[in-house]
Amino acid sequence: MGERRDITLTVNGASVSRDVEVRWTLVDFLRHELELTGTHVGCEHGVCGACTVLIDGRSARSCLMLAVQADGHEVTTVEGLSPAEGLSPLQQAFVDNHGLQCGYCTPGILCTLTEFLETNPDPSEEEIRIALSGNLCRCTGYQGIVDAALAYARSNKGSAE
Amino acid sequence: MKPAPFSYHRPESIAEAVAMMADLDDAKILAGGQSLMAMMNFRYLAPDHIVDINRIPELTEIREEGNTIRFGAMVRQRDAADSPIVQARCPLLIEALSLVGHMQTRNRGTVGGSLSHLDPSAEMPAVFSALDAVLHVSSACGEREIPIGEWALGFMMPNLEPDELLIGITALCWPVGHGYAFLEMARRHGDFALAGAAALMTLSGDGTIERVAVALTGVDTGPVRLEEMEAVLVGRKPDRALFADAAKAAESVAGIEDVHASRDYRRRLAVVYTRRALTLAHERAAQGRP
Repeated sequence: MGERRDITLTVNGASVSRDVEVRWTLVDFLRHELELTGTHVGCEHGVCGACTVLIDGRSARSCLMLAVQADGHEVTTVEGLSPAEGLSPLQQAFVDNHGLQCGYCTPGILCTLTEFLETNPDPSEEEIRIALSGNLCRCTGYQGIVDAALAYARSNKGSAE
Repeated sequence: MKPAPFSYHRPESIAEAVAMMADLDDAKILAGGQSLMAMMNFRYLAPDHIVDINRIPELTEIREEGNTIRFGAMVRQRDAADSPIVQARCPLLIEALSLVGHMQTRNRGTVGGSLSHLDPSAEMPAVFSALDAVLHVSSACGEREIPIGEWALGFMMPNLEPDELLIGITALCWPVGHGYAFLEMARRHGDFALAGAAALMTLSGDGTIERVAVALTGVDTGPVRLEEMEAVLVGRKPDRALFADAAKAAESVAGIEDVHASRDYRRRLAVVYTRRALTLAHERAAQGRP
């Protein structure tokens, strides 16, 4: 057994305390300890973006961070993006625009777009494509994902006006 | 794969961190983790000790000091890009940061981490080379200042002893309104660049080049400053032919060769991107001239 440490963090709004092995990555902690399996593991070296979560509201690769480093921080996973019932408006936009096929990349992309659309609520298609460049999708060719992001941004703009 | 077992240390001051680095054998500094964690997941690296410097407030400051900006080594790339000081004084860094990895990696990745990791195709070393930066390094024995030109000792080998910690970087600011450009060739946005160029320029009242700096990435083990070319350009009236001719100097770079691109192709890119960066920096210098 490796070295262990007690950590306390906030995950999807709830305080969580656990004794973790210091070498665990954050994503393995989320999946195996907290059983939050919505966050996926792809490449484990920061390229594919499947494990993207929000750390204190900023998107990050949870495979490139140790669970012990999240001590005292606030983590939001795809489970935390959904309301208690049904889907969030961004998730619904993915359904409506065929933004997913196999769904493996979807949780990471939702986390990426959550931060991106908060900082840039009225993006161009090119800006969306650059924001998505850190998330690999091998099914959709990105077209449906880009459409979903644009549709969500447009509907928000409509409701804001 | 998962990281091999290690002992985890979390210092809260520079003094505590360097004392740990002096005491511990086979210790690695964990900054933003965007390179180190990947290497540990692959078990390219399996250090006995990890010294996590993410909770040292002294390392996260960006300060304007006279004509310089001092970056703490743990300044995250995202925070550097969002900094009003950097935006006002150092637009070259802003332009380069937009090409460093992706939003998610910039949110964690640090300025000092990129310089210490020293990937040959990283943007940060070339930017700080063009800015004549000085790196501040600390150990239990005291502090050292290292000019950026003496930073790269070899392939991914910074001028850093095993017990030393990069604590900050001082960059020399150029006058407000100077021209700048960072351009690179990468196959996809956010990929490692095959080659790229950073350029800075100011113009005299008569439109001739007053001062110019060009540094390349992706073409040698460390950043390459084109000082001879800079000397040739100073005092000259800029035009397309001048930049096309001067950029040929970049053909003489060593050129690294790997699975992504041949040496010849990288040399060719070095010339093209030197010319383009000079051209764009000149355009911006002409617009910014009072």
